[in-house]
Amino acid sequence: MTAMLESSSAAAANRPGSIRWSKQFGRVFVYGCLALLALVFLAPLLSMLLTSLKSMDEIRAGNLLSLPSTPTFAAWANVWGASCIGVTCGGLKGYFGNSFLIVVPATFISVALGAFNGYVFAQWRFRGDNLIFGLILFGCFIPFQIVLIPMAGLLGKLGLAGTIPGLILVHVVYGICFTTMFFRNYFITVPAEIFKAARVDGAGFWAIFFRILLPISWPIVMVSIIWQFTGVWNDFLFGVSFAAGTNQPVTVALNNLVNTSTGTKAYNEDMAAAMIAALPTILIYVAAGRYFLRGLMAGAVKG
Amino acid sequence: MPAIVLSPSLAAVTVCVYGFIAYTAILSFTGSKMFARFDFVGWRQYERLFENPRWITAIENMAIFGGLYIIGATCLGLFIAILIDQKIRLEGVFRAVFLYPMALSFVVTGVIWQWLLNPGLGLEHMMRSLGWESFTFQWLIEPERAIYTIVIAGVWQVTGFVMALFLAGLRGIDTEILRAARVDGAPIHKVYTRIIIPALRPAFLTVFVIEAHLAIKSYDLVVALTKGGPGVSTELPSTFMYSMTFTRNELGVGAASATVMLVSLASIIIPYLYSELRNDRHA
Amino acid sequence: MRTMFKVMALAASLSASVSTYAFAEDTVEVLHWWTSGGEAAAVGVLKDDLQKQGVSWQDMPVAGGGGEAANTALKARVTSGNPPTAAQLLGMAVNEWAEEGLLGDLTSVADQEGWDKVVPDAIKAFAVHDGKWQAVPVNIHRPNWLWINAKVFADNGLEPPKTWDEFNVVADKLKEKGIVPLAHGGQPWQDTTIFDDVVVGIGGPEFYKKAILELDESALNSDTMVKVFDQMRKIRGYVDPNFSGRDWNLATAMVIKGEAAMQLMGDWAKGEIVKAGAKPGTNILCVAAPGTEGTFLFNTDFFAMFPVGEDKVAGQHKLAASVMSPSFQEAFNLVKGSIPARTDVPGDKFDPCAQKSMADLKAAQASGTMMGSLAHGHAEPAAIQRAIFDVVTQHFNSDMSSKDAVAALINSVNSAK
Repeated sequence: MTAMLESSSAAAANRPGSIRWSKQFGRVFVYGCLALLALVFLAPLLSMLLTSLKSMDEIRAGNLLSLPSTPTFAAWANVWGASCIGVTCGGLKGYFGNSFLIVVPATFISVALGAFNGYVFAQWRFRGDNLIFGLILFGCFIPFQIVLIPMAGLLGKLGLAGTIPGLILVHVVYGICFTTMFFRNYFITVPAEIFKAARVDGAGFWAIFFRILLPISWPIVMVSIIWQFTGVWNDFLFGVSFAAGTNQPVTVALNNLVNTSTGTKAYNEDMAAAMIAALPTILIYVAAGRYFLRGLMAGAVKG
Repeated sequence: MPAIVLSPSLAAVTVCVYGFIAYTAILSFTGSKMFARFDFVGWRQYERLFENPRWITAIENMAIFGGLYIIGATCLGLFIAILIDQKIRLEGVFRAVFLYPMALSFVVTGVIWQWLLNPGLGLEHMMRSLGWESFTFQWLIEPERAIYTIVIAGVWQVTGFVMALFLAGLRGIDTEILRAARVDGAPIHKVYTRIIIPALRPAFLTVFVIEAHLAIKSYDLVVALTKGGPGVSTELPSTFMYSMTFTRNELGVGAASATVMLVSLASIIIPYLYSELRNDRHA
Repeated sequence: MRTMFKVMALAASLSASVSTYAFAEDTVEVLHWWTSGGEAAAVGVLKDDLQKQGVSWQDMPVAGGGGEAANTALKARVTSGNPPTAAQLLGMAVNEWAEEGLLGDLTSVADQEGWDKVVPDAIKAFAVHDGKWQAVPVNIHRPNWLWINAKVFADNGLEPPKTWDEFNVVADKLKEKGIVPLAHGGQPWQDTTIFDDVVVGIGGPEFYKKAILELDESALNSDTMVKVFDQMRKIRGYVDPNFSGRDWNLATAMVIKGEAAMQLMGDWAKGEIVKAGAKPGTNILCVAAPGTEGTFLFNTDFFAMFPVGEDKVAGQHKLAASVMSPSFQEAFNLVKGSIPARTDVPGDKFDPCAQKSMADLKAAQASGTMMGSLAHGHAEPAAIQRAIFDVVTQHFNSDMSSKDAVAALINSVNSAK
């Protein structure tokens, strides 16, 4: 995973199109393939959206991709504000808020810590630094199921059991492995001379970080934010295990909602709820996807 | 200062990664049932693990799933990356389309795919209502085929990310070399097989490691799509471990399976990290 | 970028303030997996009841898979030293938690309210440990029911089957006419619900006791067990092709709508039947599963009580007393489809199926055929129960022979012991 952001300053060159098939046939082929694949990739989302706008009768009668005859947002409104989850009938909106309360600080703290760590690993050499970095990296790969019980014990000792700060802590701990890797691999591409010069000028540890490094590192900040935001937002396992009652994130509520079927499954509501729960991360990917790629390229795999 | 900055993270990782791994490894040698109990039983839990036909199924499924998932996502991701690299219009739109599945949580993915693959409601129903009466697609409910539906959903979800990595790699290739090759009159497929693909070697390695660790950690998809069924036909090591630890109160066996998983993960990851870190500090 | 950081900082401070959540006096937090329509309505009864007494209810529903996710959440909560006030558990799970010494003590309330006299012994065996009441039973469910769409049977001139042979004849006739004979959801616990019925129906209650409750190897390895698996194979032929992974309530809906003729399911199905506007006993007939007349398999939902801080004990005791009050037992079980866990609640408000259940319970208590259900966690600890699930569900979903299934069963049980 390190190579993903492995150094090569040349790689950041911003002209696309390594090779072109110049013939007309080639273009048709390229667009044809892309359009077909895009359709396949979009179909699930599309059918989810269409289904959420239909009435139950229409769902039973029609097919996956037929357009709703009279689009209705009734299902959306219902799952947002009125659906019953257990005995509480307030829809998803409260849980949606919880997710933001968890995601925003967790993302911010883990990205900040990752940036500091990455800076240390990249520019302040010390004995065994690669070994320690490797140890942190391996943390990216730990299956989360095995940490549940010991983590629960730890949170209990810290007095954070069942609270939102507790959940934030968990996400930060397992997030810094990734963010440290992102930043370290990005910062390592910055020429060492810049630091030497800055130090000669008397700039201290933090001055170098904030004045020199941070201004040039926004692509990797974006990558880290996207990565952490989606990871934390989509988490179910930690949320269900470490959050008490009213603190549960939206994924847990969504799971409760789609498993709450009163005889006949209300597919339109399931789909609307799934859409609502997925909206923030989809928006982030659509809005910031270009930065994501640019961030990957900035520390891209070297040629 | 560097030490002060690093120490909180280091402490957290030491405890929450290595401490917990050690804890799990120790538990795997105990007779723990519902909660941790430190009555050591030697290798007994490992024997029970490998006597369990369900675990054997899980390993076989891992091989099928892992193999197809890695091959499928790599090929498709590379193919899409090459297509997108052809100076196309609407590149941003296409990229977003292929990337968005990464943004979805497994609960959402499960809702979608369960529905799409459900014979009575989804794809099969649609094809039949469009007039193709004999169309059948029942993989989700056929024990021998269900594992492939997990491959499909998994590939769908990860391909965009693979594409992004390859695209970043493609954009990093020196254009001069390519231009020279074209001037020399090398045919297009040879440019790909001789120059571009070899130049993507580091990207391939990255992609492989990411896919391999996602495959071994894959848990969400199975739970969301099939819950391990029909029967035990889509059991994976991660679902096995989860159910032993939390549902069956066989913490010892669960810990043993977790340890086996961690060791196999480490055997993939450590050589990679070693080769990566040894010489990446080019002056 | 800068505004972004501001937003983040704001959110961070906001979350810190929310987390110092102030608990009102007498709050109970209850972890349960009753999120399905009829079930959620039943929990609502308890919530309202407590609110009248000034106890506020903090809901912690964790849906899915008969409480599997709930179990994980519970373990994490207990490990962190922050257990909920009460958690929904099945009988064997109460035993396992009690053995770990992790449950609280309700004896003072129990003595005051006189629970000892009104709760059947078979249920007390799960609720009371070392003379201490640690959990309160909410209901008594009977899993060995056969639900029949009356109209489908009448239209086709069929009679409810009394034995498995009769069942096969009926099912074959339905199949010939293009009607799905049996609505079923392919989940391990549902497969095993049928398995329980078949073991009792073919082997009789004594055989169930020996094979399932005592895990007697000669019973497990008997010709009778081979016959049980033979019947399971036949049943596999009577379900529709789309059964895999289906939730039980969706299968019930198939029977209600007449898309299928029968379902083998516990009496919680009634909650769904009533909600759909059908009448149990009239539109949907309830008879004992084939060959199980006279046997009362049972499972009971308990609220296991965890040791909580001084400030929460009062609320916990009110919760326990409320659950055990005759008025709540009646109100709850009317909604849930089960029968009260205390024997002194009159049955006149209940539907014919529940009344039959109450009568059968008394008879079974007398004849010693009230036995815990394996599928529903009242026969074996989780490890063994799930080991049997594995075999039953694998056999049901493959072409494994009955002999191989018996061998696998013995293997699986032994390695889980």
